[in-house]
Amino acid sequence: MTMSWDAIRNRLSDVQGARYWQSLEELCDEPGFQELVAREFPAHAAFWESPLTRRRFLQLMGASLALAGLTACSLRTAEKLVPYVRDPEGVTPGKPQFFASAMVRDGHATGLLFESHLGRPTKIEGNPDHPMSLGATDAFMQAAVLDLWDPDRSQTVVTRGRVSTWEAFESELLRQRQQWQAAQGSGLRLLTEETTSPTLVRQVEALLRQYPRARWYRHDPVDRSALLAGAEEAFGQALVPHYRFDRADVVLTLDSDVLADEPASLRYAREFAARRRPEGPMNRLYAVEAAATLTGAMADHRRPMRSLDVGVWAGKLLARLQDGLPAADPWLEAVARDLLAHPGRSLVVVGYSQPALVHAIGHALNARLGNLGQTVTFTAPAPPPATAPFADLVAEMHRGEVQSLFILGANPVWTAAPELAFDAALRRVPFSAHLGLYQDETSALCTWHLPEAHFLEAWSDARAYDGTASILQPGIAPLYEGRSTHEVLAMALGSPTRSGLELVRETWRGAHPGTDFEAFWTGALEKGLVPGTSLPPVVPTPRGTPVAPPQAPAGLELVLRPDPTIWDGRFANNAWLQELPKPLSKLTWDNAALMSPVAAERLGLSNGDVVELRVGERSITAPVWIAPGQADDSVVLTLGYGRKVGRVAHGQGSNAYVLRSAGAPWIQPGLVLRKTDRTYPLATTQRHHRMAGEPLVQVSTLQAIAATGSMPTEAPPSLYPEVAYPGHKWAMAIDLNACTGCSACVVACQAENNIPVVGKEQVMREREMHWLRIDRYYEGPLDAPRTYFQPVPCMHCENAPCEVVCPTAATVHDDEGLNAMVYNRCVGTRYCSNNCPYKVRRFNFFQFSDWTTESLKGMRNPEVTVRSRGVMEKCTYCVQRIQAAKGDEAATGRPIRDGEVRTACQAACPTRAIVFGDLNDPASEVAALKAGPRHYALLGDLDTRPRTTYLSRVRNPNPALEEA
Amino acid sequence: MSQLFPRYANTLARASIVAVVLGLVGLGVVGYGWVQSSYATGVATHVSQPVPFSHEHHVSGLGLDCRYCHTSVETSSFAGMPSTHTCMTCHSQIWKDSPTLAPVRESLTTGTPIVWNRVYRLADFAYFDHHAHVAKGVGCTTCHGAIERMPLTAAAHPMRMQWCLECHRSPERFLRPREEVFNVRWTPPHDQIEQGRRLMQAYGVPAHGLDNCSVCHR
Amino acid sequence: MAARDSEPPVIRPGYTIASAAREIGDLVLRRPIGWPWLMGMLLSAGLLTLLAVAVVVLLVRGVGIWGIDIPVAWGFAIANFVWWIGIGHAGTLISAFLYLMRQRWRTSINRFAEAMTLFAVLCAALYPLLHLGRPWYFYWLLPYPNTMWLWPQFRSPLIFDLFAVGTYLTVSLLFWYVGLIPDLANLRDRAPHRFQQLAYGVLALGWRGSARHWQRYESLYLLLAGLATPLVISVHSIVSIDFAYAIVPGWHSTIFPPYFVAGAVYSGFAMVLILAIPMRAAFRLDGLITQRHLDLMAQLMLAMGLLVAYSYATEFFSSWYGGNPPEWTAFVNQVTGVYAPLFWGTLFCNVLSVQVLWAPKVRRSPVALFVVSLLVLLGMWIERVMIVITALHRDYLPSRWGLYVPTFWDWATLCGTIGLFFFLFLLFVRLLPIISISEVEKLVEEGA
Repeated sequence: MTMSWDAIRNRLSDVQGARYWQSLEELCDEPGFQELVAREFPAHAAFWESPLTRRRFLQLMGASLALAGLTACSLRTAEKLVPYVRDPEGVTPGKPQFFASAMVRDGHATGLLFESHLGRPTKIEGNPDHPMSLGATDAFMQAAVLDLWDPDRSQTVVTRGRVSTWEAFESELLRQRQQWQAAQGSGLRLLTEETTSPTLVRQVEALLRQYPRARWYRHDPVDRSALLAGAEEAFGQALVPHYRFDRADVVLTLDSDVLADEPASLRYAREFAARRRPEGPMNRLYAVEAAATLTGAMADHRRPMRSLDVGVWAGKLLARLQDGLPAADPWLEAVARDLLAHPGRSLVVVGYSQPALVHAIGHALNARLGNLGQTVTFTAPAPPPATAPFADLVAEMHRGEVQSLFILGANPVWTAAPELAFDAALRRVPFSAHLGLYQDETSALCTWHLPEAHFLEAWSDARAYDGTASILQPGIAPLYEGRSTHEVLAMALGSPTRSGLELVRETWRGAHPGTDFEAFWTGALEKGLVPGTSLPPVVPTPRGTPVAPPQAPAGLELVLRPDPTIWDGRFANNAWLQELPKPLSKLTWDNAALMSPVAAERLGLSNGDVVELRVGERSITAPVWIAPGQADDSVVLTLGYGRKVGRVAHGQGSNAYVLRSAGAPWIQPGLVLRKTDRTYPLATTQRHHRMAGEPLVQVSTLQAIAATGSMPTEAPPSLYPEVAYPGHKWAMAIDLNACTGCSACVVACQAENNIPVVGKEQVMREREMHWLRIDRYYEGPLDAPRTYFQPVPCMHCENAPCEVVCPTAATVHDDEGLNAMVYNRCVGTRYCSNNCPYKVRRFNFFQFSDWTTESLKGMRNPEVTVRSRGVMEKCTYCVQRIQAAKGDEAATGRPIRDGEVRTACQAACPTRAIVFGDLNDPASEVAALKAGPRHYALLGDLDTRPRTTYLSRVRNPNPALEEA
Repeated sequence: MSQLFPRYANTLARASIVAVVLGLVGLGVVGYGWVQSSYATGVATHVSQPVPFSHEHHVSGLGLDCRYCHTSVETSSFAGMPSTHTCMTCHSQIWKDSPTLAPVRESLTTGTPIVWNRVYRLADFAYFDHHAHVAKGVGCTTCHGAIERMPLTAAAHPMRMQWCLECHRSPERFLRPREEVFNVRWTPPHDQIEQGRRLMQAYGVPAHGLDNCSVCHR
Repeated sequence: MAARDSEPPVIRPGYTIASAAREIGDLVLRRPIGWPWLMGMLLSAGLLTLLAVAVVVLLVRGVGIWGIDIPVAWGFAIANFVWWIGIGHAGTLISAFLYLMRQRWRTSINRFAEAMTLFAVLCAALYPLLHLGRPWYFYWLLPYPNTMWLWPQFRSPLIFDLFAVGTYLTVSLLFWYVGLIPDLANLRDRAPHRFQQLAYGVLALGWRGSARHWQRYESLYLLLAGLATPLVISVHSIVSIDFAYAIVPGWHSTIFPPYFVAGAVYSGFAMVLILAIPMRAAFRLDGLITQRHLDLMAQLMLAMGLLVAYSYATEFFSSWYGGNPPEWTAFVNQVTGVYAPLFWGTLFCNVLSVQVLWAPKVRRSPVALFVVSLLVLLGMWIERVMIVITALHRDYLPSRWGLYVPTFWDWATLCGTIGLFFFLFLLFVRLLPIISISEVEKLVEEGA
């Protein structure tokens, strides 16, 4: 190999000021280097425009190859108009309604509002009143509507491979219940995911009362049990921490992506970002972690380190804080001083992937710093106390002690650690019923599969991370024969007729005796939560200091993580999430063995090389992706891929569960890598080359601002006449200091604007359709780069280059400054895209929108045209929302208030990084931001006069560490 | 050698030139004519309906207000179609057993809605908002024609961009006072243009920008 | 007369009016179909079928079958369009420009050069239609009264194109046909079969060669030549504006119009030679298309080559001297980037290879000329592709830098139009006099 990494490092070290690079090719010219990472053509070329492309694509989207462009076809075809027989209460045709509910992931609820068009849930927004949403959503919540309308969902009861009916299942249950009666349910076992549903708990308790020898087990692939164990160790009681970023001046995260993958991350991100504003007291974030995470990307100082070594490092830090002797490691010393300088206003966060001992150390650190009760508070966990471990259940099954097994929601055959051999155990169970959204790996081995109702189809309830209870109400009757967990449990209890609604109401009537129940109930439904149900804080007392863990042996470690877009695999069949670029790698449709440049160099690996990962006797193969900033000796693989079911999920990526062990679910030492001679094409949405010198993301430091102050960049003098915008003057400002890159906005945009999915092959051909993309830039040293995110929607330039070149005037400016795109006038010359310096325009190279699948039609936003093949499209500032507001303005005569029109991306953003509004309203937030000192326009010197502009990123480095 | 061509060949040649030119022009004219004709637009050709509902009878005869059936016209983009229930509020008393109303009664008993055939069909890529128009003094009859004289309902105007723009480019020609919006017998005053201008002022109808693409296309 | 005596003869001495007329006329009227022609016909017909298939697939599936993407939204289609239009230019230049310049040697080559123009422009005109996302709405580019009350957007270079190319096609067709009329009459009179007489007779529009006819003919022909000449400059200038108009670094440059015109004529001459040399051999026309013709053509081609080379130099200079970082990055990328081979290929074919034409010996050797011409034609095509792709695949935001890789269908469409071109041309050589009989007769009369 001719390239040398030192050469790259030098290149990076000697440059003055900020130098950005997007990925490795642009660092070095050596051909060997290109070989190593580039692989441009193979990844891209498809001479035969491969039939596989089409087959896969049709498979995914069932695209119709309609010849005529129907969006511009106004020939008169007979169309029906179907009124109600009886007008339903409060429904105004043509006006969407919003209902409060909640989405449950890993057992914890996040409040949401779903938009319903004549009874069709089409869009999800956050619930401002809910403590874990605060009006924001994550990508998973945004994509939930696609799960609801997914044509792949399980649609009938299946027994032993044959289609059956609920009635048949009920009669089977009758027989079963006689057995349970006889044996007091000794052979009866219940397996659910982690849950906080009061109704579920109530039902299970009832079941256990009825059949005392039955057992209830829980299994969740995203295992956070270490938190509780850690608290046990530190305080002698199982507690969960609640971080108060709003109070923390200095934050240290230990192998934790606290801003992205905790149940409370939306709230954390909001409070963290609120403290990032350089105008106010700005916090400082240190991150010590193995994988490059979103939290690490926000950090002022980041230390890549093997997950195995984090505990030892934390131990050293604890020692330093306690005995006060200066540490040898200057980095540790600087962190220690900074923490000590902020007693009670600092915060140490330990990731759930770390073992209990490290959590104990974390608690000790916070105790030493006087943070307990200040920046970190504690409550009992929201889920009911853990029963016997999942492993016991599998053991029982192996021993043949289990006659009847209910698997409600979980997919253990696929997610359980392989050494448990759950599938073998399951085969020994005579009666097993699996309730799930899909016919998956588990249902294939169960004697019964039962179609589950989606959470937007069923009544239920759940608690948030802080215990706040929400009632989940359905937006639509089950599309198929789906039933909820509660209804199935009711069957098991012998009352098959009980509806989910009754069951949930019963629970809450129990909690709210008295006469005002109806008022309470409607109140809870409207608000989306039950007031006063958050768990009381517990003030724990630390007992002794934990001993630092021993130094782990050197060598490669394997770090497993939930996937940033399909989580533990439950969203694997969701095409929106599959095509959503992973925030850092920008990969779509696959997971990959992420490793640092140095590791790749050592093993002579480059992007797309297939390697065999072996831990103990188990091994899988996966393609390599080089992830700058990752710890050198750790290889990161995300869960959820390698599914065997689902038209979308099937065959994508490699199954990391194979390498999982029950004892150490997240981190395993002794990883062995072997390079195979195969390569695997990976689809990334950011191709990566040398950077043209411009500071696309403007970055400064708090100190620099304090010293010099920064002025807003003036628009350059222009030869074009100034255009007056007398009415509204819509504009957007994006705060790069707040954006964590979480990508919720991208999916929100997709859901709101009927944006099609194109499939992996089309992504590789650079034809993805996202109207809003998030560019990711690296700066600084290769081994520990600084990472910046930049969301890029249409800039709505006042001097728009796209407009002058369109021959049919299909893209034009309107009197409010919107750069309108008229699909039905577009003939598809694509000239506008060529002439767009921001490349935010997207073209329907094929018939990407699915016009054939019935269920998907129900999902679409009726306020937005579904585009046809051969038409250009792009961000419209959610013009449909603007027009709706203006319609009401016209009808009521009440002028539009600031914040009344919120774009989909803005509404979704957890950190309020995106602000949209009317520049002609001097009181508007966007006007204020654009007047501020951090304001600048992307490629401003092109004199395109973009309406979408940015606020520069500001870092707050520790002077003791900041390299000159 | 004998003559190749007869004498009249010259005339033929000249004639053919004229013919070609005229032919092309004619084709254009005919084509445009057809596009504008009611064959293409469906204007004035009434659509068959499950129940031969007569606007003439209900509006002129009984003097029902438009909003009695089209309830959401002032609150929503969609004017609303009467539910079977709405029909039956009267027809449970009068014309109880008229055979023409059989489908309505059946709908109520079986709970299956009456399926009407659309009369006005706007292209899928164009968006119209009833409540905004009504609030700005655009009368029902301005678009739906002399509905009170239609025993069977037919489109009064072609749903063509051209036609929308007639008003969107000069609203003063069509606006009427709000209180007259649902008056089907309203006729424009002699000084409509001045009136219209005044109303635009009063109702805050912008003089420019109504013909922006983004107003109707999303 | 003195001046003319000093000038070497344009055609080989010894021709009489009758013999010249017979030699050219019989090519059409009496020559049996030879196998080279048949082979050529089969080949081009095959390619034409390929084009048909490619177009059907395109219409059924969409432009996605090509390698285009975002950022590179224009690919072969536009490059081929520019290339074909360019080829056309030489024909017009020869027949109109040289006519006005009283260059008598043009006589032997103008007819088929004009035919070449016509067919090239036809091939070119296909692409703007096919490359549309929704070709069936192409007429929205035309200003016509419509129910949307909309006009096309006249600021768009694509609208300029429409009119430029339209005009060009019409004028070329008229010019070519008017020039044909006396010859058609000539053929009519000497045609052995009645149906031939009728066919040519109808087309000849009753030409009798009377003094009146000749007088009107001359003035009309001169008029058309006057009309056509500015088109040589204007059409490709306007085509170049498609690029120069855009904000894309590497496109946004004021030298594009002259640069494109030079390139156009350059490729055109190459094509003329590629057509002339085999015909000359096959039909033994070395009496009419003499060494001197080849020599003069070669000299013109060399001149154009130098012009093109100069344009390249200017482009480099302006992007360096302009001091505009994106422009410079774009140039560096063009020379060193992924698509650098295109650049160096262009340089070799368009600048290096023609230098051999300094040598008179090469200029007189048909084989050598043929090879050089092929290289130039290829070079010009590569250049068009380079201009379209390399500028687009890396513009301002590296996050959107990408690649363009032609698919099978890209190639199929290209080869298809080449098939179409030769299909039409081969028909032409069978059915119409490839050299202007009347003008050759005039030469003979003038005793050149």
